[in-house]
Amino acid sequence: MNGKKILSQFKEGLLTNNPVFVQLLGMCSALAITTTVINALGMGLSVTAVLICSNVIISLLRKIIPKQIRIASYIVIISGFVTVVEMLLKAFAPAISKSLGLFIPLIVVNCIILARAEAYASRHSVLPSAIDGLAMGVGYTVAVVVLAFVRELFGSGTILGITVLGDWYKPVGMLINPAGAFITLGCIIAAVQKFLMKKQDRDFKKEGNEGKVNG
Amino acid sequence: MKNDQNVSTRIVAPSLLTVSPSPHIKKGITTRGIMIDVVIALLPALVWSIYVFGFRSLSVVLVSVASCVIFEVLFELIARKPITVLDFSAVVSGVLLGFNMPATVPLWIPIVGGAFAMIVVKGLFGGLGKNIVNPILAARVFLFSWTDIINTFSEPFSSLPIFSFSVDSADIVASATPLSPMKEGMLPDNSLVDMVLGTKSGCLGEVSGLLIAVGGIYLLARRVITWHIPVAYIGTVMLITFLFPMAGEDAVQFMLYQTFSGGLILGAVFMATDYVTSPITEMGKLIFGVGCGLLTVFIRYFGGYPEGVSFAILIMNLLVGYIDKFTKPKRFGGVTKDAK
Repeated sequence: MNGKKILSQFKEGLLTNNPVFVQLLGMCSALAITTTVINALGMGLSVTAVLICSNVIISLLRKIIPKQIRIASYIVIISGFVTVVEMLLKAFAPAISKSLGLFIPLIVVNCIILARAEAYASRHSVLPSAIDGLAMGVGYTVAVVVLAFVRELFGSGTILGITVLGDWYKPVGMLINPAGAFITLGCIIAAVQKFLMKKQDRDFKKEGNEGKVNG
Repeated sequence: MKNDQNVSTRIVAPSLLTVSPSPHIKKGITTRGIMIDVVIALLPALVWSIYVFGFRSLSVVLVSVASCVIFEVLFELIARKPITVLDFSAVVSGVLLGFNMPATVPLWIPIVGGAFAMIVVKGLFGGLGKNIVNPILAARVFLFSWTDIINTFSEPFSSLPIFSFSVDSADIVASATPLSPMKEGMLPDNSLVDMVLGTKSGCLGEVSGLLIAVGGIYLLARRVITWHIPVAYIGTVMLITFLFPMAGEDAVQFMLYQTFSGGLILGAVFMATDYVTSPITEMGKLIFGVGCGLLTVFIRYFGGYPEGVSFAILIMNLLVGYIDKFTKPKRFGGVTKDAK
């Protein structure tokens, strides 16, 4: 467990293996709640909290849970933490809880959390699993906030509820609609893929040249 | 030994003769030629819209054309792709986009619409020939973001400022399109002659069914389009509105009102027949046209908007791949199922 490994885990979560932009997981919530930045932040932090906690517990129990019923066990653990988050939100941030509504309980079936449990936490020790949960959670939060930023800025002319683009601006109503979510997400994914492919090309060329020198 | 010689002659042959896959017979048809034909076919309707709505409609169309051309060039420059603006497809898109909005729009509407059509719908999908839906219709639906602007229609022959960026709402003599009363189960005030000629309110290019049909016949004569899609589309709408009239006493009258209102003829002749987003086979084209017709009538009868042409064509655009798959012709000499 050294700094370099932690860094690479964060790089994966934020960019190269971003849950929303690259793995296309958790689409349902990412498309539905990104009408305002504040909703996206609330959702992102909730998912991150659940992700870290469930990763830690599943990693701790990874040798006890029988293989045959592991998915069911994961769901039970995840739903426990989702219930905690839901109650906390209701108590301390009722406004966000109200506007997110059903999407908080739906974190239980958010595929990002189950995917990290299955692909990472069930195979790694506690500390890396916790860091993986944090990295993926931050990656999700950044993705939904970026999506919500574009949609709120151009769809209502506001950011965090504060009017940014003045009266002259006629908001693009479509961006607030579900169709706008798909179009915005599609454009962002295209940009991220373009960036990643360029990087891949560069890496490939670098490796190729090194190979030549060595050979 | 003999075999070896055969192989060597076969290898030499291509340098002596040109060997290429079909098609072998070529005609001087180019994208540019087809697009110029489409522009010519659109001119009568453009002249009519200037007659009905004044020169304001010309400035809307010109801004729209300029926007489409400029944004296509800009996108291709940024994406480092070959500049394809000389194929005139952006000009056609621009004219059609201008045809899809009322004369009262502020001029930023055609600019934004052109940017959306050329960059998001056409450019990002790979340019001409690769877009999955019709760019102009997608832009039109995008422009519904500003419903109050895009649905403010002016009375025909009311004078509008020609060059000013936006039209003062006080200057607009607002008027409903014939489709609005029909949505509520009444016939519009316009006479049938008004409907056919196009002295009614509506989007620039859609008002005169007659002149659009003239353009369509020119395209048919030039073999730019085939009859299948327009006939299947308009025929389906006529049949259903005749069988199930929603207003008036006379089914034929209602059918004619429905046929000549909204963007039906413009859509059927110029939008649904777009090569890129329509099926290849004749059977496929018929299915596509009937589907467009059904959806148009369903949206007009039961949908939230009075007009359904844009949505109908967009939805059918998305199904073109499947239609092509189902109507793939059998290969001549291919093995049939029985023989297997």
